[in-house]
Amino acid sequence: MPTVTMTVNGMERSGNVEGRTLLVEFLREHLGLTGTHVGCDTSQCGACVVHVNGTSVKSCTCLAAQADGAEVTTIEGLANGSDLHPMQEAFREHHGLQCGFCTPGMVMSAVDLANQNSDPSEHEVREWLEGNLCRCTGYHNIVKAVQAGAKAMGGGS
Amino acid sequence: MSANGSGIGASVKRKEDTRFLTGRGRYTDDINLPGQLYGYILRSPVAHANIGGIDTSAAAAAPGVHAIFTGSDMEGVGGIPTGWLIHSKDGEPMVEPGHPALALGKVRYVGDCVAIVVAETSEQAKSAANLIEVDYQELPAVASIEAAEADGAAQVFDEAPGNVCYDWEVGDRAATDAAFEEATHVVSIDVVNNRLIPNAIEPRAAIANYDPATGDYTLYTTSQNPHLIRLLLGAFVLGLPEHKLRIVAPDVGGGFGSKIPHYAEEAILTWTAGQLGRPVKWTCERIDAFKSDTHGRDHISTARLALDADGKFLGLHVSTKANLGAYLSTFATCVPTYLYGILFAGPYTTPAVYCEVKSFFTNTVPVDALRGAGRPEATYLLERLVEKAAVELGMDRVEIRRKNFIREFPYQTPVALQYDQGDYDATLDLALKASDWAGFEARRAESAARGKCRGIGISTFIEACGIAPSAVVGSLGARAGLYESGSVRVHPTGSVSVFTGTHSHGQGHETTFAQIVSDMLGVDFEAVDVVHGDSAKIPFGMGTYGSRSLAVGGTAIYLAVEKVIEKGKKIAAHLLEASAEDIEFENGSFTVAGTDRSKSLGEVALTAYVPHNYPAGLEPGLEETAFYDPLNFTFPAGTHVAEVEVDPETGEVEVVAVTGADDVGRIINPMIVDGQLHGGLAHGIGQALLEECLYQDDGQLQTGSYLDYTMPRAADLPSFNINHNTTLCTHNPLGVKGVGEVGSIGVPPAVINAVIDALRPLGVNDMAMPATSQRVWQAIQQAQG
Repeated sequence: MPTVTMTVNGMERSGNVEGRTLLVEFLREHLGLTGTHVGCDTSQCGACVVHVNGTSVKSCTCLAAQADGAEVTTIEGLANGSDLHPMQEAFREHHGLQCGFCTPGMVMSAVDLANQNSDPSEHEVREWLEGNLCRCTGYHNIVKAVQAGAKAMGGGS
Repeated sequence: MSANGSGIGASVKRKEDTRFLTGRGRYTDDINLPGQLYGYILRSPVAHANIGGIDTSAAAAAPGVHAIFTGSDMEGVGGIPTGWLIHSKDGEPMVEPGHPALALGKVRYVGDCVAIVVAETSEQAKSAANLIEVDYQELPAVASIEAAEADGAAQVFDEAPGNVCYDWEVGDRAATDAAFEEATHVVSIDVVNNRLIPNAIEPRAAIANYDPATGDYTLYTTSQNPHLIRLLLGAFVLGLPEHKLRIVAPDVGGGFGSKIPHYAEEAILTWTAGQLGRPVKWTCERIDAFKSDTHGRDHISTARLALDADGKFLGLHVSTKANLGAYLSTFATCVPTYLYGILFAGPYTTPAVYCEVKSFFTNTVPVDALRGAGRPEATYLLERLVEKAAVELGMDRVEIRRKNFIREFPYQTPVALQYDQGDYDATLDLALKASDWAGFEARRAESAARGKCRGIGISTFIEACGIAPSAVVGSLGARAGLYESGSVRVHPTGSVSVFTGTHSHGQGHETTFAQIVSDMLGVDFEAVDVVHGDSAKIPFGMGTYGSRSLAVGGTAIYLAVEKVIEKGKKIAAHLLEASAEDIEFENGSFTVAGTDRSKSLGEVALTAYVPHNYPAGLEPGLEETAFYDPLNFTFPAGTHVAEVEVDPETGEVEVVAVTGADDVGRIINPMIVDGQLHGGLAHGIGQALLEECLYQDDGQLQTGSYLDYTMPRAADLPSFNINHNTTLCTHNPLGVKGVGEVGSIGVPPAVINAVIDALRPLGVNDMAMPATSQRVWQAIQQAQG
């Protein structure tokens, strides 16, 4: 089995994987980073979104081998110790989560948007979240949280 | 009680959020047990077939495979039970066929469990399952109500002629017929309530373990009601006593009703773990979730409303056919009956109401509760019919509703329920104002100037929540009580653990219940933790569904806190050398009335656990449990207004505004309550415009992935305008009613009424759900000839 090595949340991690092993499987099952979730098998729900080299990626649609040598950030790597990342804090403040299952993917996707646009309109947020499904919130508070989080980030993570 | 910084009435930020936001939630699939094996469930690819034989030899020889079990291996293990016995009009009990956990001799829907393969890895289990040869001898299938009731239809069960499970009724048929004879106007409607797939974003999962040393079984499962699973799995399926079966429902990623039922996979996993003596883990893939999670709705109805010359409702007659799917799921039989027919008074004084429901078996996934469960179906029919009556009689659609509102409480409906309290005018007025109903024609004109058709729709509704008084539901066929338990443990240094039999899978119980206890005991919010989801920790529970958690579970906690305070008064009285009757408790202090002599809760708690100076005859410790059986259902009510803009060239419907004016009783946490409303509204708009589960005639599921089944996405929805008018529930001490299902109950008819309002100038007078662009475009083309 090939070995992959990547920097995950700032730490170099290696593992032997099958060629078909998905990035999300590597994160969850090899590294025990279970914050990244699997909600579907057609790349529709976005619960598995992580950052690969700073860009949001659906880790269910990416082979672990494709991330070899990459910088990967998961939801576990976003906060600074016990201080929540501004986007996490915005989700908490605006009740942008209920059951929490879609939340890691939503937050990681939102951070990528905010890195590109520090003041997204409601319309821009709703369009950006096209790849993230939530069944609990009706998106109302997620949209508010993403806008507030983007402003709090001030154009950078 | 008063609204302090974190008490009742405050929008406290949720205790749950930090773990969910940092990836530290612990969902079932996040749990791994030492030595675990992986199970893969082989499912039927055909809707109806005799199983001629199953050859597992190649699969059994595949790498990593430990065991394969099929229906014959589990023969003798009890079938999956259903929780509610319905009687037909003639007094006969419903037809209740067996439901083997693994199909025995026959498969009855695409997705029916055929075998479990257990291997070292999940990939090995799945690969080996592909090597199992099943001889499916296909039979004709019935995939819809129409097919099931057709002459000569294939029979899902030999013991259910015509595929009928029951033919039920509620209300006074003779009185209703008499009302129609007196009527000046009769308005009729035919509606279909589209079949939906719940689609909680967390797929179902389970891990079962058997400890040969103790004989104990543990099942981790994605459930809304772990104790109910223990009851059904233990007592009815595997024959395990409660003390040998622990059910843990850890963090659960949404339920919406689909995680109420006791599923076959839970029984298969637990039984398999017992056979192998090792933990077995199973995680449902989404493609299998579509064809194995229970579905919702799926009614065909016809209804007539009798009115006098002034537009007063005289009588309502409803005939419904409901699809139950291939087997009777846990709440399947009560959803189209006792959660549906008894809603038909709505908020109106209609003196005579009759509803009959015939339910059918079909070769489709079992149908069970989905957010609202029966009440959305009733509300949709009633509010479409009332709207149609206004149009046909030339009445204002607000005034026809107002003319018929119930205003005196308690109000006994002609269909069993007694409403305790409400103010339907207040929520109607609030919604009209908040939606700027009066200004709509200007907005319609503005849209028309852009070539768009704008419409506005309204729905005024009640629900029956807070499920449910045990004696009442028992007399109606429920096979369990529907009370709830709550325990409050004040620790020696004054922090508090609260144990509830309800389950939180997004509703924020850990926060709301902590607010109640914090407020009542005067302890810091952060010093209160709420424990749920583990049958080994919680005395008992019936779980979370039917918007019951706060009204029933919250009340149990309230009563347990009251018991704690009563005991605390005795301890404080002893310490203060006073009589317990003279002790008052407020803001965390026990005080001798009229004095400044007091003891804090912390001092009393410490004394309870270090009882050196203690009342004679009083037990040490400060922990109390209460079981609360509600006296009545609760009746949240409200008005929803939807405004849509339709592009007549494409048929595309845009929801431009949604206004809710809701009465959900006392609000503990406004932030959480509004969040529940948002989610319900999205679900309801999804049903009205986007979502539809479709089967081919041969029983193949057409909408079996997120690529085929349209889930509401962020860009499909507007922001919501939420408003509240509160009347208190009169029969629980908190005055709470429930909020989890409101949006999905109230808004679908408002949306469809708005679509029809938009298209009426084009000659379109009817519209089915979901009002997809294709359906709307076709309706416009037909109307335009």
